[in-house]
Amino acid sequence: MNAIVVNELTRTFGDFVAVDHVSFDVRKGEVFGFLGSNGAGKSTTIRMLCGLLNPTSGTANVGGVDVGSDPEGVKRRIGYMSQRFSLYEQLTVDQNIRFFGGIYGLSGATLQKRRAFVIEMAGLHGREQTRASDLAGGWRQRLALGCAILHEPPIVFLDEPTGGVDPVSRRQFWTLIDQLAEGGVTVLVTTHYLDEAEHCHRIAIIHAGRLAALGSTTELKRVFEGRTILEIQSDDPVQAMRVLDTLDDVEKTSVFGTAVHAVMRGSGGGQPGSLQSRLADAGVQARRIDPVEPSLEDVFLEVVSGAGS
Amino acid sequence: MRKALSVGRKEVRQILRDRRSLMILLFVPAFFLLVYGYALNWDIRHVRLAVEDRDRSAASRSLVSAFVNSGYFDLVADIRSPGQVTELMNRGSVRAIVVIPYGLQRDLLAGQTVPVQVLLDGDNANTATTVMGYALTILQSESSRYRMVAGVMGGSAVMALPRVWYNPELRSTLFLVPGLIAYIVMITSVVSTSLSIVREKERGTMEQVRMSPLGAASFVLGKTIPYYLISLVSALAILLVAMVLFGVPMRGSWLVLLATISLYLVGALGLGLLVSSIADTQQVAFQIAVLASFLPTLMLSGFIFPIASMPAFLQAVTYVVPARYFLIALRGIVLKGVGLPVIWPQLVSLVIYSSVVLLLASLRLRRQWS
Repeated sequence: MNAIVVNELTRTFGDFVAVDHVSFDVRKGEVFGFLGSNGAGKSTTIRMLCGLLNPTSGTANVGGVDVGSDPEGVKRRIGYMSQRFSLYEQLTVDQNIRFFGGIYGLSGATLQKRRAFVIEMAGLHGREQTRASDLAGGWRQRLALGCAILHEPPIVFLDEPTGGVDPVSRRQFWTLIDQLAEGGVTVLVTTHYLDEAEHCHRIAIIHAGRLAALGSTTELKRVFEGRTILEIQSDDPVQAMRVLDTLDDVEKTSVFGTAVHAVMRGSGGGQPGSLQSRLADAGVQARRIDPVEPSLEDVFLEVVSGAGS
Repeated sequence: MRKALSVGRKEVRQILRDRRSLMILLFVPAFFLLVYGYALNWDIRHVRLAVEDRDRSAASRSLVSAFVNSGYFDLVADIRSPGQVTELMNRGSVRAIVVIPYGLQRDLLAGQTVPVQVLLDGDNANTATTVMGYALTILQSESSRYRMVAGVMGGSAVMALPRVWYNPELRSTLFLVPGLIAYIVMITSVVSTSLSIVREKERGTMEQVRMSPLGAASFVLGKTIPYYLISLVSALAILLVAMVLFGVPMRGSWLVLLATISLYLVGALGLGLLVSSIADTQQVAFQIAVLASFLPTLMLSGFIFPIASMPAFLQAVTYVVPARYFLIALRGIVLKGVGLPVIWPQLVSLVIYSSVVLLLASLRLRRQWS
């Protein structure tokens, strides 16, 4: 059972193709990650799926409703929260909840029940009369999520929901998302925090308007099947990278903090010992060289560079 | 409709929380009313007058007291030597001097024409013209008295007996207050509506609300109704304050007044919506709103400058200034006590204006909404 079915979805602005024949399905109750750099077409896709923007061609079906023909129907079935946590800052927590409840047509006992749920979920007990502007980032983020799901939508879109929030709050937030998904809610979330993307059941990587890769984290990492990734710790990562790039069996390199990841060509390549001595010949002292599991970041860089070239 | 009410309730709460909006909506009108009501006033009174009375007769004394009793002049100096005339004028201690020649009484009684000199300080042309008008009126009525006494026929046998209706004392406040209402209400409603919508664009709350099944119409309705009510109250408050402070009459029907103000407000709010559909930041919205409301309402509405004396091109422009129609209607209701049979053409014009502006605004906003 698919909550979202996207088929050859395309949107152009003049000559610019923002979204280029993108197709994917999102299963009910799935946490679906949407990954891509700024301007890759994530937001345009989300806006089309939310009924804010008409597709140039292709179709998208959200919660059983066609986006192009019934955008208003889509809006009733979805919740939307963006990185800006678009709350009314001068209004209190309670007034924000009442307002958003009101525009989704909630009233009376239903509104009371949902209000209590949101206060509980966001941990805002005792803060009902606090102005939204006076809340710390994590609370505001959870309140924004609460306001977006007041009307119990089966599908929730989260557009970079964790921007500007501290790590503890981000973790709490992902716990909430997991709970939503367990309750059968489908969550489509965009992010550029790659560690967060690991929470998603499946991930779509979008690059230059095209769908560059799609699958679970494990599936995506198979892109490196038959190749080894070595992590090189050295005092001078920049110089190390420069030397590595000259070696024949090194396919590509990228910096990870103070370490360098080198993707080695072929399954036989990548003997840490031989690499260490060859680096030493070039005057670079490598403290450690270990084979590592590809991270999502490795995958992202690989996919994006592959799609770009 | 219930959703629109939710938006309206939220808007009212926001207005109450937002000091800046409150300032614009409450203090600006009060401030304008006091400043314009007291300072913008063309009535000239207490003109400092000096008299050089060379005749010193009953007739000359009667002439001087006619000036003083007119209520426009304050006698501040009695000139004994001709040299004082220049000095008083140069120092600006008097604005007008009446020089009564020797033999005034004798010649008047003999039925002869006597020249009385009036010297005016012309550094402010408007004031001088007005004062000259006062002086001529006084001198004419005095001279006619003497012609009767002397039994002289001829001369000016026909006399104008002017009588000013609706504002017998020609107080400019009576003329200005309706203009002030038009002006204040226009500025506050255009500025506050456009700012409130553009603020939602700027902060991203508009995008959030657009994601909900709330229609553009409910959103706009909910956002403008509070401003409509506030502006209506503000307009009535200005009128009431003006009635108490400046003695402005209210001769017409309150119901017709309410309807007229409401029509005008719908146009003003529509203009605010139009501005908000053009501007993307509050700063730009504010500038456009002030420009679109303040200048035309002040200059091209007949508030201060009579439309009839404008060049043809500007007169044509005034047809798209709603305050033009509103002012005629408002002055009619408040000062003359006329009703629908007289002011309906103005109301029809306001309806047309409001419809066009609202149509344009809703077309633009709807396009931006989805």
